[in-house]
Amino acid sequence: MTDRKIAEQPNAPTAPRTKTETNTATKTMTGAGILWECLEREGVKQVFGYPGGAILPAYDALKGSKIHHILVRHEQGATHMADGYARASGEVGVAVATSGPGATNMVTGIATAMLDSSPIVCITGQVGSKLIGSDAFQETDITGVTLPITKHNYLVTHASEVARTVREAFYVARSGRPGPVLIDITKDAQQSTCEFDWDAAKPQLPGYRPDLSPAPAEYEQALELIRSSKRPVILAGHGIIISGAMREVRDFAERTGIPVALTLLGIGAFPASHPLNLGMMGMHGEAWVNHMIQEADLLLAFGMRFDDRVTGNLKTYAPNAKKIHIEIDPAEINKNVKVDVPLVGDLREVLLELMPKVESLDRSEWLDHIDKLKGDSAVRDIQNLPDSGHLYAAHVINDLWRQTRDGNTIVVTDVGQHQMWEAQYYKHEHPRSLITSGGLGTMGFALPAAIGAKVACPEAEVWVIVGDGGFQMTMCELATIVQENLKINIAIINNGFLGMVRQWQEFFYDRNYAATPLLNPDFAKLADAYGIRSMTISERSEVVPAVQSARQHDGPVLINFKVEQEDTVYPMVAAGAALNDMIRRPSPIVETAEDE
Amino acid sequence: MLNTFMVYVENKPGVLTRVASLFRRRAFNIDSLTVGRTEKPEVSRMTITVDADHDQARRIEANLYKLVNVLLVENITNQSAIIRDLAMIRVAAAHEARSHVLELANVFRARVVDVAPESLTIEITGAEEKIDGLLELLRPYGILEMVRTGIVAMRRGSKSAGAPSRANGAARLDSESASPTNDDVSYSV
Repeated sequence: MTDRKIAEQPNAPTAPRTKTETNTATKTMTGAGILWECLEREGVKQVFGYPGGAILPAYDALKGSKIHHILVRHEQGATHMADGYARASGEVGVAVATSGPGATNMVTGIATAMLDSSPIVCITGQVGSKLIGSDAFQETDITGVTLPITKHNYLVTHASEVARTVREAFYVARSGRPGPVLIDITKDAQQSTCEFDWDAAKPQLPGYRPDLSPAPAEYEQALELIRSSKRPVILAGHGIIISGAMREVRDFAERTGIPVALTLLGIGAFPASHPLNLGMMGMHGEAWVNHMIQEADLLLAFGMRFDDRVTGNLKTYAPNAKKIHIEIDPAEINKNVKVDVPLVGDLREVLLELMPKVESLDRSEWLDHIDKLKGDSAVRDIQNLPDSGHLYAAHVINDLWRQTRDGNTIVVTDVGQHQMWEAQYYKHEHPRSLITSGGLGTMGFALPAAIGAKVACPEAEVWVIVGDGGFQMTMCELATIVQENLKINIAIINNGFLGMVRQWQEFFYDRNYAATPLLNPDFAKLADAYGIRSMTISERSEVVPAVQSARQHDGPVLINFKVEQEDTVYPMVAAGAALNDMIRRPSPIVETAEDE
Repeated sequence: MLNTFMVYVENKPGVLTRVASLFRRRAFNIDSLTVGRTEKPEVSRMTITVDADHDQARRIEANLYKLVNVLLVENITNQSAIIRDLAMIRVAAAHEARSHVLELANVFRARVVDVAPESLTIEITGAEEKIDGLLELLRPYGILEMVRTGIVAMRRGSKSAGAPSRANGAARLDSESASPTNDDVSYSV
């Protein structure tokens, strides 16, 4: 970073191009027409949107475009759909809304994409440029509102700025550490005309350089730490999937014999069935994983950012471990955890550079140690407890996994207890097969994100796993599913509570269940109102037949799983506690088993 | 400790807000921020002072670079730089006080820019300590009004003229590798 310079400003007039270079002749178009043309050229096939006054010129011009517009029921849904599309495909998802309330409804979805580094482009209409600042009808300063929750944003006031802005927005959204970009286009910029020339509208981003790479000396330091480590653990994050480094991570782990722990968003980056896979770390991670991290002498953080949900108390985090941090965003280095060797760059490229130089070392002693750390985890697992006659969410998810494990399945989860149980009991083998809101923890994410995932991957079998609380935040998008005729299976894990909040109240607020019990609608009737087939399940024996029946049905299916009401996600690291200080499920064997 | 950053940004609407918003969002406290034009019309330049330790300063730099409109960030805290603040001070100066105030202004090489029956307005440019020094001496006379611009900073010209070091971060601005002016050397009275 020290050798940055101000790049030559591209203000110098470019040499006049010869006729042979201009295959695409310029033509006069409206800003709205240019918008769709540029989206097409960026590879966009579908957009998720909701029309309104200030974006109407763009909607009017949609008829001349090959792009399929999916009408959502709420703009928040559009952003989550774009996000789900991006996470399922790796391509940029696009959401469209009008000014004012349309734009502000996008805020939650934009923040969700920001915290999970998801590449989306949001296009909002804005009042006419002459009216800006006058508190005109449906005027909101959306570039101001979204400034801290976008990677970058633009206000476009002239048709002539549309093409370059769209090209820049897509480039910024998908390069480096991806993220959301918002383009606010005034009504007059959509309506007025100008010469459209794609080639001339090249991005001009002299300050944006996403392509960083580590210095040779830093590689040497990392290699030395790897060579001398006895108890190393790889911390595998979302960056692996974004970078497309699954193969490289696997090769690296196998070659070095280093076991792999996953963050929530890292699930799928390393196959669950791989012998070196430890499972999820953190607040609701597996007990042995958290113990291994605390006992490790070296942590190799691959595309993860030491979120407080994975570290627990920073003062006691991995006290004996040296840390190597491979990360594309320099601002993440030493943010939460002080690291010994930062390798700033694209994970895949960094691993390819490291790979030929790492040695195959015998880690069997360390790997054997896992069994000791696993201890009595198995007997505490609800799957191994005698059948109490209750239906537990873990049963539902585990059975769903057994039924769908061999297929091309994408599971989209919401936020809360069911999300953690999914992470624990659904064993993901492939990247992009779990889509979930990690950083922002956005309830209401699952249903619209699943629509985006299904649109991106029509061949995939898409399952929504969602709590009864989160489902009701965005259930209006059932109409979008029906209108688009999407085969999506919805599993509501219905415990009649805001379960995770209730769990916190149970542990930390003397079981004062303030505002967590839910009075729910009849989900079967609700599905019926939308013309969606539904089932209501309360016995464990009914789970597998219901899943099978849903898979065979042509259209969308909603299954209402009525599960144990006061179930708890174990283990749990209380917020601010040390990572190895876990609340465990009481052991059925040792009566007095408390936390170790 | 107080860190001084020189930040080169694209001269576009809203860039100041982006920079200011970044400091607010990451809970870094700006001590002073100035912004103005440069020799290039498309580049604006900010001088920002922030109270931060070494790690925080590094993170501020990295976060500034995440802003798409930021071209170059230089932390000149421990580097040889010319740092200037400008203050206008209206001081009560009637009768016999007037000559004392004028004398002080002279010693500090400050300029009197407005004379009124009961007051003098003094303009002073220099390092912050120099201005603090004058203010301290003027206080007994009664400071009626005071405004400061906040600092602007510029790295000193490279010793080996025409060959800027890589650590200097930029291959611009080295045309003025001139000797320090008189004003640079003697601001402590």
